[in-house]
Amino acid sequence: MSLPSARTESFLWLAQRISAMVLAVCVTVHIATMIIAVQGGLSAAEIISRVGGSRLWLGFYLVFVTAVAIHAPIGLKSVLREMTALPMRRIELLVGLFAIVIAALGLRAAFGLYGLGGQ
Amino acid sequence: MQTDQISVSIWRGGEDGKYQTYRVPRLESQTVLDVVTYIQRELDPSLSYRFACRVGVCGSCAMTVNGKARWTCRTHVSRVADGGAITLAPLRNLPVVKDLVVDMAVFFDKWEKALGSFVGDQTRDQALAAVSPADPRRREASAGIECIGCGICYATCDVVDWNKDYLGPAAMNRAWTLINDARDVARLPRLQAIAGDNGCLGCHSQQGCVERCPKSLNPTVAIAGLKRESMKAALKGELS
Ligand code: SF4
Ligand code: SF4
Ligand code: FES
Repeated sequence: MSLPSARTESFLWLAQRISAMVLAVCVTVHIATMIIAVQGGLSAAEIISRVGGSRLWLGFYLVFVTAVAIHAPIGLKSVLREMTALPMRRIELLVGLFAIVIAALGLRAAFGLYGLGGQ
Repeated sequence: MQTDQISVSIWRGGEDGKYQTYRVPRLESQTVLDVVTYIQRELDPSLSYRFACRVGVCGSCAMTVNGKARWTCRTHVSRVADGGAITLAPLRNLPVVKDLVVDMAVFFDKWEKALGSFVGDQTRDQALAAVSPADPRRREASAGIECIGCGICYATCDVVDWNKDYLGPAAMNRAWTLINDARDVARLPRLQAIAGDNGCLGCHSQQGCVERCPKSLNPTVAIAGLKRESMKAALKGELS
């Protein structure tokens, strides 16, 4: 069974490494922001005033969400492959769906917050 | 503390066998292989096990000793006897034939899959290739060349346990020595053979193989080298 080719697997592996580097930066910014932001208490109004209508934050979260949607499903593929007896086709389908769900939820949140600000 | 007897539990039978216990006299400088040989010669001639050289060269005497894969001809009882007791089982990750004997066919089939044999294009009439011992590639090859094919790394590797198609540390260590052999001409087909999740990308780099290799080789470093080279080949569009 030679389902995904060596080339495809190599590119997925590389994509996972590159997205990991992006995530290292994004997660740091994300956590630092959280720590700073909660200093004055956490409220919806505060979040919207910071993120809403900001192109910079929108750009940041689009990159963040994309990196997660690439990184996590590839890792999940390896976990499912090593830890379950699922056939490779089934695994590809599952992680493909997982990528779409992450991307959809993440993008919805990012655009949603962006749209709430600046009125 | 040295006792004058050791209690030895040995796996008997095939995959669905069970442990049987023997008492063996404790001797000075006794190896685990000496213990097994004593049992086979003096107590139970039906016991099956493999060995040949008895001096750490042939790689045939590997077994699971108190839970860890070891070469038994060079493992002293004093180093492993846990309160005067030893448990011996066949190597993990390979089909058990009988008692301490496993079927090594898959292990060596994977060497072939990884293109683990030299492919040259010179004839005996041509001049010998001049390879300097200081050449970086020659050094990489030298680092992995002393593999005795014992299968200890393969038995230790969890990825082999999880993915039956994973090539394993020894086969890829071998492929890496050949990729660094200036005379070899099968670089690309070999990279193609070891690329991907069943090959180098499947390795978790946690170095169980390195920890246990009796020849102190480092298959993890070899596999990391294969990751680099196969990734370069993928980016150049050389892999399919
Ligand atoms: S480092 Fe790689 S080859 Fe070695 S035991 Fe771990 S997964 Fe197996
Ligand atoms: S790499 Fe080491 S442990 Fe693995 S087969 Fe070769 S000598 Fe044995
Ligand atoms: S008998 Fe040859 S290596 Fe142990």
